Amino acid sequence: MARVAPGEHELRRVIDDDREVDGLGEHELLQLYRSMVLLRTYDERSVVYHRQGRIGTYAIFWNHEAMQAGAVHALEDEDWIFPSYRESAIGLLRGMPAATILHWWRGHPAGWWNPADYNVASICVPIATHVPHAVGLAWGKKLKGESAVSIAFFGDGATSEGAFHEGANFAGVMQAPAILFCNNNHWAISTPLSAQTHAAALVDKAVGYGMPGVRVDGGDVLAVFEATREAAERARSGGGPTFIEAVSYRAAPHATADDPRAYIDLERVEQEKRNECLGRYERYLRRLGLLGDELEAEIKNDAAEAMRAGIAAAEAEPEPDADLLFEHAYVDPPPGMREGSDG
Amino acid sequence: MAELLMVEAINDAFHVELDRDDSVMVMGEDVGRAGGVFRATAGLRERFGDRRCVDTPLAEAGILGTAVGLCMAGWRPVTEMQYDAFSYPCLDQLITHVGRYHWRTGGGMEFPLVIRMPYGGGVRAPELHDDSPETYYVHTPGVKVAIPSTPADAKGLLAAAIRDPDPVVIFEPKLIYRSERCEVPDGDYVVPLGKARLAREGTDVTLVAYGAMVPLCERAADELEGEASVEVLDLRSLKPLDEAALLASAAKTGRVVIVQEAPRVNGFAGELAAILAEKAILDLRGPVLRVTGYDVPYPYWKIEDTYMPSVERVVGAVRKLLAF
Repeated sequence: MARVAPGEHELRRVIDDDREVDGLGEHELLQLYRSMVLLRTYDERSVVYHRQGRIGTYAIFWNHEAMQAGAVHALEDEDWIFPSYRESAIGLLRGMPAATILHWWRGHPAGWWNPADYNVASICVPIATHVPHAVGLAWGKKLKGESAVSIAFFGDGATSEGAFHEGANFAGVMQAPAILFCNNNHWAISTPLSAQTHAAALVDKAVGYGMPGVRVDGGDVLAVFEATREAAERARSGGGPTFIEAVSYRAAPHATADDPRAYIDLERVEQEKRNECLGRYERYLRRLGLLGDELEAEIKNDAAEAMRAGIAAAEAEPEPDADLLFEHAYVDPPPGMREGSDG
Repeated sequence: MAELLMVEAINDAFHVELDRDDSVMVMGEDVGRAGGVFRATAGLRERFGDRRCVDTPLAEAGILGTAVGLCMAGWRPVTEMQYDAFSYPCLDQLITHVGRYHWRTGGGMEFPLVIRMPYGGGVRAPELHDDSPETYYVHTPGVKVAIPSTPADAKGLLAAAIRDPDPVVIFEPKLIYRSERCEVPDGDYVVPLGKARLAREGTDVTLVAYGAMVPLCERAADELEGEASVEVLDLRSLKPLDEAALLASAAKTGRVVIVQEAPRVNGFAGELAAILAEKAILDLRGPVLRVTGYDVPYPYWKIEDTYMPSVERVVGAVRKLLAF
């Protein structure tokens, strides 16, 4: 049995404490910024594309970019990412074309990808059921003597699911090199965190699984980076899994089909928007003298251009052949697979 | 050839398959130290180590969910659900991921995992140790289902499932786990999925069954000796289904009785009856009859014999059909 201290409730911060993170030079800091801008641009354009009828219902991740970019930049390329739908575009940070993800939201089979091409698993639509996948992958890599680590992203609501519990418990028992990354944005559609758990903090769940728990400011990309790097190093060196609770606030609707005015604290949303994660990081980089108007414009133009190219490529894709219905349901399909309504 | 009980034949298959392929691993509740509550995995932990024969936490969704991740890491996990009705928590993973993940990756990744479990009633066990849940599984796209009725088939179908590139569920009839020793081929032995077995040839009526209902149907055929020539078709695999064997037998005898111990409503017997209605109607001399469990929870065992299809009920159905 492991002895694990209860998780720290104090949020780890870097930006607001005006600290610097060891090992992050100018190049790395700006790469992190580029990733955040790319994600932000993807998200904002997707909401527009949805309104224009160019993609279907879309799950918005505005103000979650610090968590996604901070965590992914702390990993090695060999490490596996298991996204929920809130991290639908996280493959961009592993070189996945924007068009692929746009296809996914357009309901086009070209939106499927081979996870092994990017070490990014498929987008998990049900809640928390991918947590055991991430744990199984990490455990399987460890059994094979490989050094890869996995990270599963999920929200605060996911911690109520049985799949979260079973996955986290397996991670502890098998000492799987996995990172359980909880994006606690305080809302599961309209259900507040207080209706999700009676625990004082989600990070406290970690101790029950015999794993370290860390609580970070989810709007602070560098704090997320630092905590994830520490967890990945521990996992890679045989120290087992870590639970990270990244605390943020959902400042946008759950999805394009949601109108949060019926349930959310609008004042708190306004406050969060004023302190949103990308702006916080820009101000930090400006304080360090690493970002000026010209560079910011250049990086944002690059991201906008990537999105213009992405939607153009997605819209240029021919409509899928209806026979794709039968593709890949099985590797070796049973003879009755195609029998249907025509008798 | 060795004379083995069904559960010993399964154990033999495991030894052969783990020896043949280093990526095969076994995982489940009590499969390691105890060798499985029915001893199906006995000796594997000692021979292949605790990394390839893993005692897991008591968590069926976790077992199947981590097996998905293990496939992504290059393993071929063979999971055990300790009992039929204990498997229900794993249906979440089965339906939302196991049957879909290959498709979801555009064919990029394969999920060659196996789920095996002892199933069925008649064993004087407590509640929820007696179910026949095959319908839930066979109804799930992307998943194959096989059910052996002999020791040799139990070995050969498990080997086929382990080698299959798709997820395969094996239901093992615990009622006949230890009922009879039969000859089982030594070493490498595969019974391909989707090939039915003619357990007995006949000309007047076909009994269609799988698992523990096959020997029951053979006893019913014995009972009808001199009265009717009864054919017994053991499906062995529900998906892929050997539809040609089903239709050939129906064409030959013109009378079909399907026997399943699962509850009647939407059971696999209904699927078979529908196939016969669509494709064999002109061959049939009477209605397709079903002898099944009832639309009730599996009963307390003092009265389970009333629930389970019996020789008497099967014989009654045959006589009814012959008199049609």
